[in-house]
Amino acid sequence: MRRVYLFVPLVIFLVLAVLLGRGLMLDPNKMPSALIDQSVPEFNLPSLASEERMLTRADVVGDVSLINVWGTWCPSCMHEHPYLMELASQIPIIGVNYKDVRTDAKKWLVKLGNPYVVNVFDEMGTLGIDLGVFGAPETYVIDRQGMVRYKHVGVVDERVWLERLKPVVDQLRGEG
Amino acid sequence: MKQLCLRVLLLVGLVVSGSSLAAVDTYEFADEQTRERFHQLNGELRCPKCQNQALGDSNSAIATDLRREVYRLLSEGKTDRQIKDFLVTRYGEYILYRPELSSHTLMLWLAPLLLLLIGLVVVVVLVKRRRSAEKSTTLNVNEQENLKALLEASETSSEAEMDKRD
Repeated sequence: MRRVYLFVPLVIFLVLAVLLGRGLMLDPNKMPSALIDQSVPEFNLPSLASEERMLTRADVVGDVSLINVWGTWCPSCMHEHPYLMELASQIPIIGVNYKDVRTDAKKWLVKLGNPYVVNVFDEMGTLGIDLGVFGAPETYVIDRQGMVRYKHVGVVDERVWLERLKPVVDQLRGEG
Repeated sequence: MKQLCLRVLLLVGLVVSGSSLAAVDTYEFADEQTRERFHQLNGELRCPKCQNQALGDSNSAIATDLRREVYRLLSEGKTDRQIKDFLVTRYGEYILYRPELSSHTLMLWLAPLLLLLIGLVVVVVLVKRRRSAEKSTTLNVNEQENLKALLEASETSSEAEMDKRD
């Protein structure tokens, strides 16, 4: 009977090893989004193209689409941009120009091309806070009812699109 | 001349280091209590971008925005509870350095207590065992005689062995 106790440290070690090992596999930057399966927040902000044109939630929902948060100050957005240009033919992309300078952002779109159906100009980052944005680029998949169904933090490239976003998009499109 | 140069440099240094402090954002508060709450919230909320810093410690853009948001909510007369809820609905419970007590954080809160209890039980068991071991160190008459006999026997046998070696 006493012998059994000798194995206690081994058991504790194994349990700890499994727990800590699992901890090592986790991505510490991956934050569970609080917005999944929540409605896209209401907003009232000007479009990037024109100060006079105000955009609201109703202007951006209606189809299965992507919301892409970007800014000219964000190097990863530059890196991501060419792939968004490719994606634009497959799915409507709504831009949220996050904490940017209007003229800079407009120049960027003229120079590099515009993959967005429409761009919300979020100068103060208020929509960003409502969306739970903590850095650009971030990309959300929204369904026809305007619910956020997936959130990807970081650059969208072919792999992210094919492995993470497209399956969600296909499923949402299938839902009819 | 050299001394004058040094003095001028020192003065320039003082002026420049003073201006670097101006980067800290400044807020005006209605009263001391609100200021106190603002600083406490900044210490208890976590910057979503720089994960090991509190909102008040971080210079990142998002932390600045969130501080402004906290300030706005405070000026609107929101309670600490409402402000925390506002941020939790957007950034998740992650943003709280002190997580709420709920079914999935129960383990987090109870684990220290549980470990303390386990430790106490182990200590109590060990102490009891040692005490009972101490009690049994005094031998009764029978045992003492047995021991004597054993010692004598081993003495004679070891002497016998020594003899053999010689």
